[in-house]
Amino acid sequence: MKAHSLFARTALVLGLVFLYLPILSMIVFSFNNSRLVTVWDAAHSPTLKWYVALLSNEQILRAAWLSIRIAVISASAAVVLGTLAGMALARLGAFRGRMLLAGMTAAPIVMPEVITGLSLLLLFVALEQLIGWPKGVGAVTITLAHITFCMAYVTVVVQSRLAGFDESLEEAAMDLGARPLRVFLRITLPLILPAIASGWLLAFTLSWDDLVITQFVAGPGSSTLPMVIFSKVRFGVTPDVNALATIMVLLVATGIAISTVWMRARQKRRARDLQLAAAANL
Amino acid sequence: MKLDPDSAYVRIANLTKRFGDFVAVDDVSLDIRRGEIFCLLGGSGSGKTTLLRMLAGFESPSAGTIRIDGADMSAIPPYERPVNMMFQSYALFPHMSVERNVAFGLEQEGVGREQIRRQVGEILDIVKMGGFGARKPHQLSGGQRQRVALARALVKRPKLLLLDEPLAALDKKLREHTQFELINIQQRLGVTFIVVTHDQEEAMTLGTRLGVMNHGKIAQIGTPSDIYESPATRFVADFIGSVNMFEGRVSDDGADYLRIQCGELGCTVRAERTVSCTRGATVWTAIRPEKINISRQPFGAGAPQAGSAENLVRGTVREIAYMGDMSIYLVQIDSGRMMRVTLPNIMRGAERPIAREESVWLSWHGSSPVILTE
Amino acid sequence: MVAGIPTLWLLVLFLIPFIIVFRISFSEVRLAIPPYTPLLSWRHGAPVLQLHWSAYRFLFTDTLYVSSYLYSLKVAAVSTLCCLLIGYPMAYAIARSDAASRPVLLMLIVLPFWTSFLLRVYAWIGLLKNNGVINNVLMYLGIVHHPLALLQTDFAVYIGIVYSYLPFMILPLYANLEKHDGTLLEAAADLGARPLRAFLRVTLPQSFAGIVAGSLLVFIPAVGEYVIPTLLGRTDQIMIGRVLSDEFFENRDWPVASAVAIVILLLLVVPIMLFQRLERRQLEAAK
Repeated sequence: MKAHSLFARTALVLGLVFLYLPILSMIVFSFNNSRLVTVWDAAHSPTLKWYVALLSNEQILRAAWLSIRIAVISASAAVVLGTLAGMALARLGAFRGRMLLAGMTAAPIVMPEVITGLSLLLLFVALEQLIGWPKGVGAVTITLAHITFCMAYVTVVVQSRLAGFDESLEEAAMDLGARPLRVFLRITLPLILPAIASGWLLAFTLSWDDLVITQFVAGPGSSTLPMVIFSKVRFGVTPDVNALATIMVLLVATGIAISTVWMRARQKRRARDLQLAAAANL
Repeated sequence: MKLDPDSAYVRIANLTKRFGDFVAVDDVSLDIRRGEIFCLLGGSGSGKTTLLRMLAGFESPSAGTIRIDGADMSAIPPYERPVNMMFQSYALFPHMSVERNVAFGLEQEGVGREQIRRQVGEILDIVKMGGFGARKPHQLSGGQRQRVALARALVKRPKLLLLDEPLAALDKKLREHTQFELINIQQRLGVTFIVVTHDQEEAMTLGTRLGVMNHGKIAQIGTPSDIYESPATRFVADFIGSVNMFEGRVSDDGADYLRIQCGELGCTVRAERTVSCTRGATVWTAIRPEKINISRQPFGAGAPQAGSAENLVRGTVREIAYMGDMSIYLVQIDSGRMMRVTLPNIMRGAERPIAREESVWLSWHGSSPVILTE
Repeated sequence: MVAGIPTLWLLVLFLIPFIIVFRISFSEVRLAIPPYTPLLSWRHGAPVLQLHWSAYRFLFTDTLYVSSYLYSLKVAAVSTLCCLLIGYPMAYAIARSDAASRPVLLMLIVLPFWTSFLLRVYAWIGLLKNNGVINNVLMYLGIVHHPLALLQTDFAVYIGIVYSYLPFMILPLYANLEKHDGTLLEAAADLGARPLRAFLRVTLPQSFAGIVAGSLLVFIPAVGEYVIPTLLGRTDQIMIGRVLSDEFFENRDWPVASAVAIVILLLLVVPIMLFQRLERRQLEAAK
């Protein structure tokens, strides 16, 4: 038992090093003075000059702002559609078109992005020919595309939360006189809210991060942040991208640290409550 | 309020529920009286829960009707029925405090805030949860949750309260205590209860009357002692308590007695006549283990020939299980069959208790056997 | 209505687009906007569906396409295997660690996923370049005297894919391993199985569903991967995702790009259906 548990533990540590080493190196070199990214210029480092350069880069700032707007709208719309789809799949039982909906929500998750991107662009082109909308490609088509692939993820999250949901809670509410809409608003929604929230965060991240699909459905003047980064790094490394990466890692890490601390505190409180309840039984 | 004990307060008529090819509830007709505790007793898959869910309105019947206090429930959705339910899992809303849980039903009716507060306080006092209003469900013990669930279901003073395995989630000690409390509360509020349970002991103590269900049908309805002492079918006799059952043939029928020739038993059974059957008919004799005497010497004078006596067989003790308050003897009778006999342990340290492999006589009174035709 | 709205949305923005791709793959390229022959032509007032096989014929005559498909399958298969070999012990170690540290370890696995995928791939350029961190360290230690060519190799692509997709392998494996009943291993030990044997005979077969789910989650998107080979990979041998993109953007040959997409889908249809079946079963098990 000992030997292979030791092996697994070593693998875990090495794996985590593998996962974090590149991120760490980006953070370190974002403070490097040299343009040569990977050669540490000990004489003039650390420096914040790449952060200054980044924050005065109009193009990056504009792209970031566009990406944020698209991600917020896409995530919000995806949450609504994904919650509906998740509810339908988890609760409606066998309805007509169930297989179709289940297939269509699961497929975008594994579909190679180039194919999704290509098919969406061809749709938009065909639509424009047919009904004259959308007029060209740009922020609108990007958002539509993002909603589509994000909602698939939200559906999965909501659906699996509902699968572990005690349906008698809803029946109890109905039994106590609540009509179906009230049951949803007072009981179901508050209880699946954590799943919806994590679905929203997931959707936001996916939209914020997406490059391949976006490239297909973007037009001139609608470059998102990943598109700008891609065009920069495709032709070599640039130190201001390191600075950008550091800022993003920092934001995410802070957010996750806060949520972890909060969750720990909650867990502790729960454990205490459980002891209290157990004591009451005696 | 005038209570007519025989009036049908809840009338279930020819109720059937099918799920595809499976018939969960099969043409059930049942009257429940105002103010009684009616227990539906049955194994899993007997249809008792489906019947309860149709009363609550969660399932719609495939055929038949439900009337509560004269009103047809067919077209009435669960949220408009004068019925409340206490769920097996309690189904307390985890994101609401005890108070909010109990208030939920009243809020749906648009009752004023002050009145809600008063009614919630009252019912929580009745279930002895007065000081716990601000707690969340996960801060309560199993027994406390059960009380909150009861309070929540009772606060609207429903015409009918449905309880789905109300005590199943509690441990044994707590269960016994809660049983009596439940009866207490029921009598105090005068609400009609329908309890679904698979636990016969629970059904016996709680129920004014029981309905035993099997394969979607009601096998027998009656008071607990009716069901135990005079089971109507082999299924009921076997399902409630334990029983020794032997197939036989009616050899003689008098005005107030029957004689039954039981090959499996190796003796003639003489029993009080409780059913109508003709000579030669195949019947089953059911004898409860506690209604059999076990002794080293046969009762009565002289030593009767084995096989010729009535209500008397010889056997050998094969197993003895000491249960504390009583002992169970497994006796192999001369025909080869096993019989189960229980004896209360009245004396501490009896002088010469019957031991394993000892030869014994089993006998019973003529009123003990129940003769069953189906 | 609950089912209707999302179904309608996905019909219009997911299913119909595939039908269009399918249809365009049977068109011929032409110099126009859009650059393909019309989907339906009208003759004597009735629509006529004309199918051209030229795009597909082209795919199988030019060796570029066939070799790109094979190369993509190879890269995806090798990367998936590497992910499994690295991810399984990690998932196992997390599932066997004490309950308090499990969420922290899982968070550590998922955290990189929340930071930009593109930037994480980009980080490897800095590590793998000729004058990058790895070569600098190796030369400093005197292990090599000339920088190793690490970037723009198959190796770099494997690293990039394994690095990016590792969480997708670990999470389903963990979900599976975590549910295992510890007493089974104790029972195996009690019956005389040594730890390795107990692992091979008890744990491994039970985790098969997790292995398949994780492998499919890596393999399927890896076949069509575009960003990683573009940034880290060879220039003389490109993967099929890149071929599709180039056909579309550089050559403006929409029918061929569509045909490339359809053939990728044909290659992936079995793994995708397998994955969907697994998902369904898992959801049912959760119930």
